[in-house]
This record gives sequence, structure tokens and C-alpha cells, in this order.
Amino acid sequence: MKPASFEYHAPKTLDEALRQLGSLDNAKILAGGQSLVAMMNFRVVTPDHLIDVNHVEGLSGITIKGKHLRIGATTRQRDLEFSAEIAQHCPLMREAILLVGHRQTRNRGTIGGSLAHADPSAELPNVCSAHDAKIEIHGPNARRLVPIAEFGQTFMTTAVEANEILTAVEIELWPAGHGYSFLEYARRHGDFAIVGVAALLDLDNNDRVTRAALSLCGVDAMPRRMPKIESAITGQVLNEEIIADVADMAGDIDALEDHHASKVYRQHLARVLSARGLREANERARREKIRAAS
Amino acid sequence: MTVKQAISVTVNGKQYRREVEPRLTLADFLRHEINLTGTHVGCEHGVCGACTILLNGLSTRSCLTFAVQANGQQVTTIEGLAAPDGTLSPLQQAMADNHGLQCGFCTPGMLITLTELLRDDPNPDEAKIRETITGNLCRCTGYSGIVAAARQAARHGRGAGG
Repeated sequence: MKPASFEYHAPKTLDEALRQLGSLDNAKILAGGQSLVAMMNFRVVTPDHLIDVNHVEGLSGITIKGKHLRIGATTRQRDLEFSAEIAQHCPLMREAILLVGHRQTRNRGTIGGSLAHADPSAELPNVCSAHDAKIEIHGPNARRLVPIAEFGQTFMTTAVEANEILTAVEIELWPAGHGYSFLEYARRHGDFAIVGVAALLDLDNNDRVTRAALSLCGVDAMPRRMPKIESAITGQVLNEEIIADVADMAGDIDALEDHHASKVYRQHLARVLSARGLREANERARREKIRAAS
Repeated sequence: MTVKQAISVTVNGKQYRREVEPRLTLADFLRHEINLTGTHVGCEHGVCGACTILLNGLSTRSCLTFAVQANGQQVTTIEGLAAPDGTLSPLQQAMADNHGLQCGFCTPGMLITLTELLRDDPNPDEAKIRETITGNLCRCTGYSGIVAAARQAARHGRGAGG
């Protein structure tokens, strides 16, 4: 047996889970377990109590009402991958999910777990960053919505307090026909990305960018939006020259350096992937305009 | 010593009741509690895929799942793929025919993953097969034979076995 001893709890309701979290010492929430249990096997994490939220009612599911998408925290990555609604309305997430781990880990891993774990290179937090998602968090007495920009605090540390549970992700969908692209570079398929990019673009009938979102993962402790690039391309008809210019801005960021990649290499990837992501999102948006018009 | 919990898990159609520590992984439960040693344990942190089993029909790392989480659930292991009389599933037979196993350590996990794939997608192309087994490492690097076996089982049309 590799993990240290712990007591296991499987609450059926959110209130019960919150009560246990508030009353038990050194308790951790278990969702899909694809990161937590690996860390427990290494004894990097040694909780005395594990609160398994997989049986909590109402914590899982994908609902779309109008432009509003809500994904329950224990919704499995597999469910996102095979959801026709996600593919149609949130194609950036569908593209990104195929880069998240492997089939076996997506079968168990959850969106809430991915956000709460907050690995710097994780794809789903980066999708949430590009989409200006709000993260729903329940505490003992209150529910709050935290904008994704304020959710990540430092390395693998989020706005979720010790007595709180992440319960859902809320996203305002972009209009039908928007352009999107999620690209990353990893040493092998399914590995942690060294750098990843999420791009969203909306164009008017003259192919002018009316709205843009560009977010990078793997360069910093948390996903990093590129507001200067977004404002630089808004109002423009994108061409190779503009894309190359703004991608240089991505290459100027202050990137992480570790044994996987140097700062200079991450800056290089940020530049190259930003250019490719914007190009692909732009081409997809244009194709959608042509398709819708014909 | 933590208090043990009583669990009941159905493995390959047979129900097993045991009392286990919560920290016992499903992989160790299968191997040490019910003596089904076909499921292999490699890295024990979710990377190598050797311990892959089907949990309620979905491929799952049994080293990243605790046995207590499988309480009341259905598990299929490598021992459950062949017919009761020992006849290999078409995928298992294809692995033998195509030299898809060398040292054999990754084989149980590979077979479980590919059994799930062929059940859900009976005619996957080579790219899909290769993408699916990225979560299973073969350190003999015998991937070509494994992919050929999956293609043969797909052509056979009954890859899901049984």
C-alpha cells in the first residue's frame, strides 16, 4: 500500500460534505482522483480524511440556457469530450479536452478537480480563462462566484478556502460562428503541455475582429490572458503581418523556467503558438461566415 | 491503523465481499485480496497504464482508484476477457497472432483499453488506435504489433470479445 492511512467519507449531499470538511482535521476533497491519488501514492499529500464527492447529488452535469453554460464540478472530462452540446456551443473546450491526459484519465477526471488542482499547464483552466468563466464555490454559509482572473492565486493555489468546495463552472458562450483554437506543445501526446494557447475571435461581416480572447498556459503559475494583444487586434482585419506583430508581444512575456524548458524556449513557444492559434481561429471564423451566408 | 470498511465489488461477474483499509488501491485489492494477479502494477501514479481495468465499463487506472470507491460497482479485469471455457476474445487472439506481446507486462492494460475502444468504435483507424493507447506504455516498444492486433480485431468485427 502506497498512500498513508486516512478515513474515507462518501457524503450524499453538499451540506453533508461541507459539514465534514468543516469539522474534520486535515481533510481533502476527492473528485476524479487523477492528480490527488497520484500525489497520495507519492505521499506528497497525506490527508487524514478523504471526502469523496462523487456521490453528492446535483454536482454533475452540463446545462445550457440561452448563452449561459453551467458545468457541475464532478462532470467527468469524458462527458465533456462526448457532449454534443459542448462540441456545438463551446468548441474551444471540445478541442482542448482531447489534449487532457488520456482516455483512461478522462474517464475519471473532472472539470472541478482540474480547476481546483490548478496545474500551471492544465488545459481546462486555460479554456476557462479565455472564456472569462466564473467559478462557483460553496462555503459553510454562502455561495460565491469568483471570476477566473481572481481564481488562481499562486502555484497550485486557488481562491477555494479550506472549508469550501468548488461546485461548478459558469461560462457565457460566444455567438454561433465564432473562431476558436486550442494548441499546445508537449513532448508526447497526453503529457503536460510546456505551453498551450487558447484563442477566441469573433468577426463582423467584413472580417473585422469585434472581440478577441487569447490565453496562455504553462508560461506562468496560472493561465495568463494577453489583453494587449486582444486590444491590438480588435477592429482589425487579421493578416499575416498583424499576426506576426502581435505574436511577438506574446514572445516578450516573462515566462517560467524549469527543468522541462527554459524561459527563452517558453517565450518562443508562446510566440509561435499564439500566431498559429490566432491564424486558425481567424480562418475558422471566416469559414463559418461563408458557410452561414451560403 | 485505520478502521476497515466492508465493501462488495463485482469483478468479472462474481461478487466479492471484503473488509479493507480505505487506502488500499483497487489494483492492490484485485491482486492481494481476491488474487486476480493479471492486473499489473507498474508506476503506481497513473502514468504507465499497466493497471488499467474497466470500472462500470470504462477504462480506469486501478492504482488511482481506491477499493472503497468500487463498493457496489462492476469491475472487469484481464481475467474477464476470455470466454468461460478459456477461448480467447478476438482481440486477445489477434494479440497472439500479431506478436503484440513481448515481455507481457503492459498487455493486460493494453487489452483492457483496446477492448473498450473496439466496443465503442468497432472500426477505428490506425491514428485512433495509436491515440487511444498513448495512455499505456510498452517498454519493449512493441507498439506496431499491438496496433496490428487491434486492426485485425477490428476487421474481425467482434473486437469487444466474449
